[in-house]
Amino acid sequence: MSAIAFPAPDAGILARREAIVAGLARLVPPQALITSDDERRPYETDALTAYRRLPLAVVLPSTTQEVAAVLRFCLEQGVPVIPRGSGTSLSGGAIPQEDAVVIGVSKMNRILEIDYANRIAKVQAGVTNLAVTGAVSAEGFFYAPDPSSQLACSIGGNIGMNSGGAHCLKYGVTTNNVLGVTMVMLDGSVVEIGGGHLDSPGYDLLGLINGSEGQLGIVTEATVRILRAAEGARPVLFGFPSSEQAGAAVAAIIGAGIIPVAMEFMDKPAIEICEAFAKAGYPMDCGALLIIEVEGSDAEMDAQLARIVAIAREHGVTTVKESKSAMEAAAIWKGRKSAFGATGRIADYICMDGTIPTGQLPLVLRRMDEIVKSYGLRVANVFHAGDGNLHPLILYNCNDPVEAQKAEDAGMDILKLCVEVGGCLTGEHGVGIEKRDLMTFQFNEADLAQQMRVRAVFDTGWLLNPAKVFPLEGRIAA
Amino acid sequence: MIVHTPTTEAQACAVVKSVVDNRVPLVLRGGGTREGFGRPAQVASTLSSAGLTGITLYEPAEMVIAARAGTPLQVVQETLAERGQMLPFEPMDHRPLFGSDGAPTIGAVAACNISGPRRINAGAARDSLIGVRMVNGRGEMVKSGGRVMKNVTGLDLVKLVCGSYGTLGFLTEVTFRVLPKPAEITTLQWRGLSDAEGVALLSSALGSPFEPMAAAHLPAGLAGEEALTLLRLENFPDSIEYRSGELALLLGEYGVPDKLEGEHSAALWRHIRDAAFFAGTGEAVWRLSLKPTDGPKAASAIGRTLPGARWFYDWGGGLVWLAVSADGNAGASAIRAALKPLGGHATLVRAPDAVRAVVDVFQRLSEPLMRVTAGIKKSFDPAGIFEPGRMYAGI
Repeated sequence: MSAIAFPAPDAGILARREAIVAGLARLVPPQALITSDDERRPYETDALTAYRRLPLAVVLPSTTQEVAAVLRFCLEQGVPVIPRGSGTSLSGGAIPQEDAVVIGVSKMNRILEIDYANRIAKVQAGVTNLAVTGAVSAEGFFYAPDPSSQLACSIGGNIGMNSGGAHCLKYGVTTNNVLGVTMVMLDGSVVEIGGGHLDSPGYDLLGLINGSEGQLGIVTEATVRILRAAEGARPVLFGFPSSEQAGAAVAAIIGAGIIPVAMEFMDKPAIEICEAFAKAGYPMDCGALLIIEVEGSDAEMDAQLARIVAIAREHGVTTVKESKSAMEAAAIWKGRKSAFGATGRIADYICMDGTIPTGQLPLVLRRMDEIVKSYGLRVANVFHAGDGNLHPLILYNCNDPVEAQKAEDAGMDILKLCVEVGGCLTGEHGVGIEKRDLMTFQFNEADLAQQMRVRAVFDTGWLLNPAKVFPLEGRIAA
Repeated sequence: MIVHTPTTEAQACAVVKSVVDNRVPLVLRGGGTREGFGRPAQVASTLSSAGLTGITLYEPAEMVIAARAGTPLQVVQETLAERGQMLPFEPMDHRPLFGSDGAPTIGAVAACNISGPRRINAGAARDSLIGVRMVNGRGEMVKSGGRVMKNVTGLDLVKLVCGSYGTLGFLTEVTFRVLPKPAEITTLQWRGLSDAEGVALLSSALGSPFEPMAAAHLPAGLAGEEALTLLRLENFPDSIEYRSGELALLLGEYGVPDKLEGEHSAALWRHIRDAAFFAGTGEAVWRLSLKPTDGPKAASAIGRTLPGARWFYDWGGGLVWLAVSADGNAGASAIRAALKPLGGHATLVRAPDAVRAVVDVFQRLSEPLMRVTAGIKKSFDPAGIFEPGRMYAGI
């Protein structure tokens, strides 16, 4: 499968590989420089494993200064740079190219400061998402964005992709939870943006950097908000006969002024896959499932649930199953969060990430089913119901190149559908290479040109993560 | 003074194209209630959003509203209120502080990232703004974001434009996520605490599971003779009852709080939101953004060097509203010197034109970031026609 094009490697750079590697060796300690074929191999792809390119070299710096030295060198040499967190991108955001140096932040994994009175933590970019929560949970705090890959994915990668998660309905995504960054610009200058305060002076550069997919600089440290956790949290399963009824219940809950901390949707194929894997006790006789999580004291959760259950009953709910223990609650979330992994046990899949206006849900579910069936494939749906962020998993066999191409085509059709109904191509996974060539469906020439002109302020020569986000044709450099 | 008042996006593009060749700079105007903001502009022509009004999309069940930029904020708020919803970030009204008339617009709320006390918990305007349509300095329509909350498609120009004070483009339409209005609002009020004690109380409360939606401290003399420390709870009545009790217990060392309800509570928070304690005086007004526990440190340092300075704290201590004599550079040197060891920054919100012309209204950034700022301005507005010099001299 090679539908997505990469820029042709620069033969001049490939010919200079030895000299470039020697130059890098002068900048970082030997253990931070990876050049052998075997050791470079793990860096040839990320979680979009259908695409692979062996990078020129991999550098794993330990300090901001080392990152600065390497970036400055790469700019002087005209060598492309691929920033990398933990390599969990589902959109190919960290996939390298043959003429590029990968700069990975995985060794920069220290938590630098925790300040409970001001509710902030300062961490290096290679710290994993879950490690931030782990460092503050004893005091009852947590870091809110919770992508499914949170055990592995890094804060630096989260900032690059503006990662979300299941709980952002209430707590927001990465951009709403990052207060400051230390970033190395392509010319090696180190800038501090924001800090421990709530708003920065001047243009909102922090807002620009979140979700910029490694195209503006390399973030080496971040100051993030930590929040005090609620007294308790309880996920509850609601089984509905149909997706339409589940969707209507979601709209009615919001309409009643209730914002649960999470509302997750699974359709019948997804329920079957996840239940077989996680044994979470999901009801098997329903057409759609909502996992709704409420927070607060026991009495508050009881009261909020009573309101939600009453609304769900008006919309034909057939099963309501409360978690009676922490173990049951964990099992409910395990089923949902392992949806991708569980699907991977029964088939290869590609995971889409479009967002739609939630009112369009019944139409989109029906149309998605038709699209996927027209390619002779199957789809399982999990998504964040409160915010309309869909994750259709298209099942296929990756050893069958024809079927693989069909799966990719079906996925592209689904994303176009998301845009047509007023949504967008990606809610939290990023554009990467995966959705790059669809950008023209969501944006016109002027929209994209404005984005590229802003990008050019940071990187006139398209050296930072160059194969990503913007279609290869029609690029603007200044 | 020429005032352009386009009624369509196409007309707005045409206006910009007509001035760009001659590099005729434009002031961008919504309701005109915040003209005193930023550095004073030396500009003869105005581009007004007054002809671009009306709500273009409202889906309560999707918690999203879109309106043309010139729509009065009040119209947006009333439309939302009819369905029991609201803008999450409680935008400040600058009219009391600036002594201005007119009707603030939703476009200006986006362009200037106008937030209020709820910012501490629910985020700023920039956190709720999910889509914009704008005319850039080439006279092109540019859109970014959209109408869905979760959207990471391409560079987030929405954030860049939010808080750019019109220097990057002329907004024609803005889209916000909204939230349900709380069923009930109650304020807990402690009396007689020092600044440091008050902010310590707010930090404890904000670090508790009881979710205060606003947290402020008013030193003695601002709203009565005693200092007031305030926490606002917004929730269903049973939750407010429970959480008030738990907070009173947790914060028992600071005394027993009073409970404020209804208009008494609402009026106090409006005053805090609008910094209305400083309305109608000749003082210069600054806005300091810093770590909450640094708020009292900065204020006391400034109070020592600038006698007569008055201040209060919002955002749990992280936002200090400061009124000082408008003489000289309005205390700029002393204020920024006090912030230097602490971090954070100071913005001069209200001062005579002559002062704002010579003082950095927005704190200057590091050299590389000033270059980035100039580059971003140029990328949107190569001829420099939108509000030149409004944020920084020469940009």
